[in-house]
Amino acid sequence: MNFETTIGLEVHIELKTHSKIFSPSPVAYGADPNANTNVIDWGYPGVLPTTNKGVVADGIIAALALHATVEQHTHFDRKNYFYPDNPKAYQITQSDKPIGHDGWVEVDVDGVKKKIGISEMHIEEDAGKNTHERDHSYVDLNRQGTPLIEIVSKPDIASPAEAYAYLEALRQRIQFTGISDVKMEEGSMRVDVNISVRPVGQEKFGTKTELKNLNSFNYVQRGLEYEEKRQQQVLMAGGAVQQETRRFDEKTGETILMRVKAGADDYRYFPEPDLPALNISDDWIKELGDAMPEMPTKRRERYVNELGLTDYDAMVITQTKEMSDFFDATVALKADPKMAANYLQGDVNAFLNDNHVDLQATKLTPANLAGMINLISDGTISSKMAKKVFKAITAGEEPKAYVEAHGLVQLSDPAKLQPIIDDVLDANPQSIEDFNNGKKRAVGYLVGQIMKQTHGQANPQVVNQLLMTALKQ
Amino acid sequence: MANRITREQVQHVAGLAKLEFTDAQLDAFTPQLDDIIGLFETLSEVDTTGVEATSSVSDQLNVMREDVADNWGQSEALLKNAPDAARGFIKVPAIIDESEDNE
Repeated sequence: MNFETTIGLEVHIELKTHSKIFSPSPVAYGADPNANTNVIDWGYPGVLPTTNKGVVADGIIAALALHATVEQHTHFDRKNYFYPDNPKAYQITQSDKPIGHDGWVEVDVDGVKKKIGISEMHIEEDAGKNTHERDHSYVDLNRQGTPLIEIVSKPDIASPAEAYAYLEALRQRIQFTGISDVKMEEGSMRVDVNISVRPVGQEKFGTKTELKNLNSFNYVQRGLEYEEKRQQQVLMAGGAVQQETRRFDEKTGETILMRVKAGADDYRYFPEPDLPALNISDDWIKELGDAMPEMPTKRRERYVNELGLTDYDAMVITQTKEMSDFFDATVALKADPKMAANYLQGDVNAFLNDNHVDLQATKLTPANLAGMINLISDGTISSKMAKKVFKAITAGEEPKAYVEAHGLVQLSDPAKLQPIIDDVLDANPQSIEDFNNGKKRAVGYLVGQIMKQTHGQANPQVVNQLLMTALKQ
Repeated sequence: MANRITREQVQHVAGLAKLEFTDAQLDAFTPQLDDIIGLFETLSEVDTTGVEATSSVSDQLNVMREDVADNWGQSEALLKNAPDAARGFIKVPAIIDESEDNE
């Protein structure tokens, strides 16, 4: 039996606003429990929420970034549920008029491009956080009211690899808008997945299961792969897939039954009476659209077509807007694009990983990176010397000043190199004889001697050229 | 009794609100809720043909505040008002329900 797979993803993205969605309490991490809460966050009787304009703007930006239609006559709805992380006993969210609908992102899986549809995106408030101890639970409402955007895919995703690619495309586009950090490891991006399989040709979707505890894109893909195979085996054995929630076990790579879902959710949605509806003007949408930075897909095209980078290089450089902006600024200062890309992927990334910092938190600047690359390009320093210079620019030093202060200037003048080469040849007749007997290794030894004499400052290319000419005479 | 709501529906709604009713209470509440719904049914006597559904009874639109943080410094007072608190947290009976996926 052949099967086809249907995957749907719900992604929650935490917005980087200053204040909460319906109260002016600060949105910040690391505060003492409940320090960033007020009577609105606690849902006291008689308090009134007020919509944060920044959240609506971010919702419009997300819709635009994901090619969605902005719903200009939008409002909030009340979703009722009882749980101690939300003292109001309801969440203010959007149900029938979400801020954006019918969007898409393009993914590339093994060279095959595909558009994955987004049915809708809505803005809503996050709940508080519970911690559980032996006989009591403890509630911290700091997160209560933190703005979220929920992005719901269409059931267009046909494989776990596509799910991964969709999440990556989504993450990048949102990251470039700057409305969220979109970091799964920090909880600013959360993913809920459901998956079903059905025999090819069957019109009705199969029964879907939901997966929990997927804390990285990689786990999402692995959890889905396991679940896809499990459901196929159930069907092939003549069984039926149950509608249930399963937990992904990171250690074994398996999914484990958490609970069987009984009946549909019953949240009794109704229009939120405490918040007036919104009419989003054309002007506002245009203003936000005009201020949007160039998206990663566009940048990749530009890097490949105009700057001659490989697809792979372009992909790595566009992982974050900061990296891509840094690259653009470096190239704008006349640095060779290929070298700039290599440095960013190599030395710069290694530096960031070793120090566990983001690019914008370092002392590296495009001006200094471009300065160093230009010193390599014009032959002033060798790429070996550049190792030292790179270390200096990570400490904020200006490369030209550093090179001059430390005498790191490469010796490229043949008139100065020739006498040194002649001396080394005079001192090593055996090596010349070896060379004449076809021992290529003798050249390496001689170059080494010359580098030693010049304290490593000789330009290797020029040395090689002069040496070969001298040896062949 | 017009059977606008069944005993099972009352029990279901009570369950959503984390309430437990005795048989005697269900017997009492079911007809009462039925009457209340009956009262609201008066509204359906109004002809709403061609009237668009509304999501708000207010004429106000686009009431928004700028995204500026302002901590009102109420946490201590709020915690004092909580049934129980510890280390800055609200202390509640142990939550065994693991359905922490309300988003």
